[in-house]
Amino acid sequence: MSDVKNAAGVERSLGFDGPDSSGHFGPYGGIFVGETLISAVEELAQVYAQLSADESFWQEFDYELKHYVGRPSPLYLAERLTSTCGGANIYLKREDLNHTGAHKVNNTIGQALLAKHMGKTRIIAETGAGQHGVASATVAARLGLECHVYMGAADIVRQAPNVYRMKLLGANVVSVESGSRTLKDAMNEAMRDWASNVDNTYYIIGTVAGPHPYPQLVRDFQCVIGREAKEQSLEQIGRLPDALVACVGGGSNAIGLFHPFLNDDEVAMYGVEAGGLGLETGAHAAPLCAGKPGVLHGNRTYLMTDADGQIMDTHSVSAGLDYPGVGPEHAWLKDLKRVDYVTVTDAEAMAAFHQLTELEGIIPALESSHAVAYGTQLAARMNTGQAIVINLSGRGDKDIETVARLEGIKL
Amino acid sequence: MSRIARTAERATRQGDKLLIPYLVAGDPNLSSTLQLMHELVVRGADIIELGIPFSDPSSDGPVIQRGVERALAAGTSLQDVLKLVTAFRQQDNDTPIVLMGYLNPIEIMGYAHFVGAAKSAGVDGVLIVDMPPAESAPLHAQLQAAGIDTIYLVAPTTGLQRATDISAYSSGYLYYVSLKGVTGAALTDYDSVRENIRALRGLTDLPIVIGFGIKDAESARAMGELADGVVIGSALVSKIAELPGTPRQEGPELQRCSAIIGVAREVLNNLK
Repeated sequence: MSDVKNAAGVERSLGFDGPDSSGHFGPYGGIFVGETLISAVEELAQVYAQLSADESFWQEFDYELKHYVGRPSPLYLAERLTSTCGGANIYLKREDLNHTGAHKVNNTIGQALLAKHMGKTRIIAETGAGQHGVASATVAARLGLECHVYMGAADIVRQAPNVYRMKLLGANVVSVESGSRTLKDAMNEAMRDWASNVDNTYYIIGTVAGPHPYPQLVRDFQCVIGREAKEQSLEQIGRLPDALVACVGGGSNAIGLFHPFLNDDEVAMYGVEAGGLGLETGAHAAPLCAGKPGVLHGNRTYLMTDADGQIMDTHSVSAGLDYPGVGPEHAWLKDLKRVDYVTVTDAEAMAAFHQLTELEGIIPALESSHAVAYGTQLAARMNTGQAIVINLSGRGDKDIETVARLEGIKL
Repeated sequence: MSRIARTAERATRQGDKLLIPYLVAGDPNLSSTLQLMHELVVRGADIIELGIPFSDPSSDGPVIQRGVERALAAGTSLQDVLKLVTAFRQQDNDTPIVLMGYLNPIEIMGYAHFVGAAKSAGVDGVLIVDMPPAESAPLHAQLQAAGIDTIYLVAPTTGLQRATDISAYSSGYLYYVSLKGVTGAALTDYDSVRENIRALRGLTDLPIVIGFGIKDAESARAMGELADGVVIGSALVSKIAELPGTPRQEGPELQRCSAIIGVAREVLNNLK
């Protein structure tokens, strides 16, 4: 870990204050969308620059997070998990306890406020596991806005309870049959809808990807995770943690935890990608660990792309990580060596899902189980008295059917 | 003078409107696309826009999405698209070819490699739908140095200042997107197109062509009256969808596909 610290120390003088004024994180990010959408993203950037400079906007946001979402979420010392693993104390940042069951709602609350300020009457969103779709449908219901959620046909089958949840909340769930019928195709379809209804529609992107200013504003809304974790660490540990661990699909929960710590050299950071059946099999969703830079969905970033520039099919047991791209800020942090990106396989994530459930009485989402799996391996390598924070980004109720099916159990 | 400029100049001199069909390279396979390209020229196409297949065509409607899926299923790569242009040039050295697509395949091939290969294949213009001018500098400069035109879109949502900048930055022609939406959507608001084209006229001497939503004689006539040319994509690709997957297409089948281009040619000629 000292290498990471040294690398971070060297880079510190550059700062980690992306994006620049044109929306780039080093060579990544930017605005790569069709001309029809340019005025919409420029308007959003302008509105966000204005509102985010206004203290009362953040007061409104904080009020919502406290009274509607139930923040702050606890930082919980997982004692039995710690003593089983041996090594560092394991703390869980309990985003699973948020209203709607995941970190996603931090972002949808923020973007709904933007939509309201911009006078938009119609909300669209893409979703993979359904958590962002549920969080979007939730804020739309509360504000009385029309809501359409695009979801790959394959994911609709995998995540049936969340589909029903969205419908109960009054959203129209649109099944996307094109391409690989998963999250990336849902995002394509949402972008087509946006271009077709750009005058009255606000597109709530669910992760720190997409054209500028989305990677920035989604990060800013998710940073509440890291700010709280920092304060709670000082309170409970008396210092900052030695390491942070979070799963990375698009990367919103990870950037939310990491970002407030980026300039704290002594804190190591690990982003855990979906290793699927193993990187060597090609059946995974790990663009940072096994992909290369390219352009997709409005930004330049690491992608899973073949030699001809086609986007490859991904695989993960977790629908929320099953995405061929990743937020551009993560691409930058990888190149700067400030964050270590690693992978965990489906099998390791499944084992962690059971371990946390059995030892702590907490059923984690399969996405978050990836972070738990790596975090427990890491803790075991560290010394007693050191501390790591694992972002428990969501709860696993939505996944129990998947787990049962994979283990041959009929419910 | 570039092939596109030469073609546009001839059209202006003769009072002709530019007719620009779009088809996806490799849909349903490369040899059929080659036959179709020659057939389209026979039917009166002035310029051909050749779509580079990409797995995630987020600006395209369902008809062109299917065309792209067929081309990818046939294994069509960017390399193949460039070979197709080379093959086309063996018989036709006059008709300009514009490659239209998304940035990632070009990014992965590498800009220098792509531009060199496009140049030697005989490509005349490049239109990357997800590469706005602000992100285009490195590729734009290399294309320009190779004498390949870079074509950009102007949309109904483009403000006047931005349209001015885009016009100044474009070469070949200016592509006006007729509607807020994706390719193949229904074009209904002719009045707003008329107004916007009038505004664009004051900004540029480039030929202005209109695309998206032109699907029959009526829409071709209406848009042809307003602009210097029209692009017909989805209406053609929906006919190509009916072709068998055989490597060689029979005459009547090709004619069924190209009929819409023949109809548009006639309508545009009557505007003289």
